[in-house]
Amino acid sequence: MTRAPYFTSLVTVGLLAALLVAGGIAYPGFLSLQVMLNLLIDNSFLLVIAIGMSFVILSGGIDLSVGSVLALSTMVAAWLLHAAHWPPAAVMAAVLLMGVVFGAGMGALIHFFRLQPFIVTLGGMFLARGLCYLISVNSIPIEDPAFVAISQAQVSIFDGFVSPGVVIALALLVLAMAVAHLTPFGRAVYAVGGNEQSAHMMGLPVGATKVAVYAISGGCAALAGLLFSFYMLSGYGLHAQGTELDAIAAVVIGGTLLTGGYGYVAGALTGVLVLGAIQTLIVFDGTLSSWWTKIVIGVLLFAFCALQRLLAWRPNPARRCS
Amino acid sequence: MTHNAANLAGAQASTGTGAATAGPGLLAHPLARPLGALVVLLLINLFAIPGFFHLEVKDGHLYGAMVDILNRAAPLMLAATGMTIVIAMRGIDISVGAVVALAAAVACAMAAAEQPLWLAFAAALGAALLCGTWNGLLVAALGLQPIVATLVLMVAGRGLAQLVTDGQIITVYRDDFFTLGSGYLLGLPVALYVALAVVAAVALAMRKTALGLFTQAVGVNPVAARLAGIRAAALIFASYAFCAVCAGLAGLIISSNIKSADANNAGLLLELDAILAVTLGGTSLAGGKFNLVGSVIGALIIQTLTYTVYSLGVPPEVNLVVKSLVVFAVCLSQRSKG
Repeated sequence: MTRAPYFTSLVTVGLLAALLVAGGIAYPGFLSLQVMLNLLIDNSFLLVIAIGMSFVILSGGIDLSVGSVLALSTMVAAWLLHAAHWPPAAVMAAVLLMGVVFGAGMGALIHFFRLQPFIVTLGGMFLARGLCYLISVNSIPIEDPAFVAISQAQVSIFDGFVSPGVVIALALLVLAMAVAHLTPFGRAVYAVGGNEQSAHMMGLPVGATKVAVYAISGGCAALAGLLFSFYMLSGYGLHAQGTELDAIAAVVIGGTLLTGGYGYVAGALTGVLVLGAIQTLIVFDGTLSSWWTKIVIGVLLFAFCALQRLLAWRPNPARRCS
Repeated sequence: MTHNAANLAGAQASTGTGAATAGPGLLAHPLARPLGALVVLLLINLFAIPGFFHLEVKDGHLYGAMVDILNRAAPLMLAATGMTIVIAMRGIDISVGAVVALAAAVACAMAAAEQPLWLAFAAALGAALLCGTWNGLLVAALGLQPIVATLVLMVAGRGLAQLVTDGQIITVYRDDFFTLGSGYLLGLPVALYVALAVVAAVALAMRKTALGLFTQAVGVNPVAARLAGIRAAALIFASYAFCAVCAGLAGLIISSNIKSADANNAGLLLELDAILAVTLGGTSLAGGKFNLVGSVIGALIIQTLTYTVYSLGVPPEVNLVVKSLVVFAVCLSQRSKG
């Protein structure tokens, strides 16, 4: 059982390598440095969200609100810059704080009122999307010089370049891995995900841990919203619809079990890269329509769930219906 | 008002509410809260929207806000009925919206290709049944978590629907195709009859056969139910198949109503509305006790809410904020019930 996430994580790395090699053979120029870096540039916001989602899923929960919180963040950032004329640094701080508070609020509802994470974060999803439209039904452009400068900045790596968003996302990934695997908090997350009751009996701060993971997820969603607003230079309530599904898919494909307690935060990176590689392959092919992305992601999701299930198979009917 | 509510509820109480009704107050009845919410909402409409309860006969059928709400609530009622059964057995089906899109796409593609109507509808329901079989196999046979298992189809389903429509919005120009979604029978919308027929059939099956008892037993404790000789896995499998067929029927009504199939937007977020309707109706998400009539009332509450928000001139998008507040309020009230 304990080997299951390790094995599926390796399978994902293998799959990613196979996708890239297949692309390299089929399409000249696919394996160039810049195409690989573009994979990161286009998906940096998804990586940030998936990192936050990893913590939630590792703790045995789920967060459906992340896509909406992302959209709300772009909207709040754009509105604060455009209408309230706040300085950019204050805007970023305010947006991040908003995300953390939003997540912590949902976490508190889930823990203190013993509500299901699914239904609470569903409410959060409706609320955040709705708040976007309360600010404005239309898209708000971002013209602030600092935001524009960040969106156009390039960090060169060898012959290619990445956006500052990629640097932020990768730094966050390293930080998240350290938190998950080296700190008492990280161990508590795994323990709560493994068995909440046992964690409680061991004297671990279950409540604080659960509130904290949703706060982290909300904060990551807000940060992803900032990266997204650098990327799009606008705030819009329709931004990033369905991102929560992509993030959950990325985490699952990255080898984390949705029942909680098993998996690696680093899996978020491989999961996101697999999704990105599929999209890039379909773009390079040119004849396949965009909906094949959805179908392939669905098939992969199934394959990984089935694989995890078969690896963790226990002839115990108690788990089968839970 | 409460007296009325209790009368109605007493007449229609579905299976498994016997123990709960034994409580002293009328408020303890499981249908009291949803019905109360609906009545409050209708009262608000009585004062806020002039002519809300006005009905007239136009073009040979009833015409008015109430009829409109009933007509538009029909797909949600269907989806909520299927969802109730799934949730009663501790499951959840988040692929409902995608199945709606797929069924709509198949029906419109067939209808646009000049196939007979019955064949188009049968093919759409067949596609939906296939989706349900898939979900059921993943949950009941493979033992995946319901959210994950149905997530697969939620992601892939819209892709499949786009594959069927080739990424286009298929528009149908056939009068016989429109009957289901915008036709009228004896002055009332055809869609309403379809929805009520399904609800009635399920309610009968649940009350007059042992099915209701089995469903509840599986929901309360799947292992104990299995050990008691109930074929839990088969029942769970069937619940997903049934839920998908309900979704397919909802998809037919929606596509017939808008006279086209939009793979991207048909039934968007319908699964969430259905889950919300089920929760509003007093069914616990933890499984076990369920309340079909409550789910139908829940669907009516959601549709009335939508109508109210639209008619009050509030931007429709703000509806999401109202809905989220309802979700939180319902969660907290369920919690207070213990």
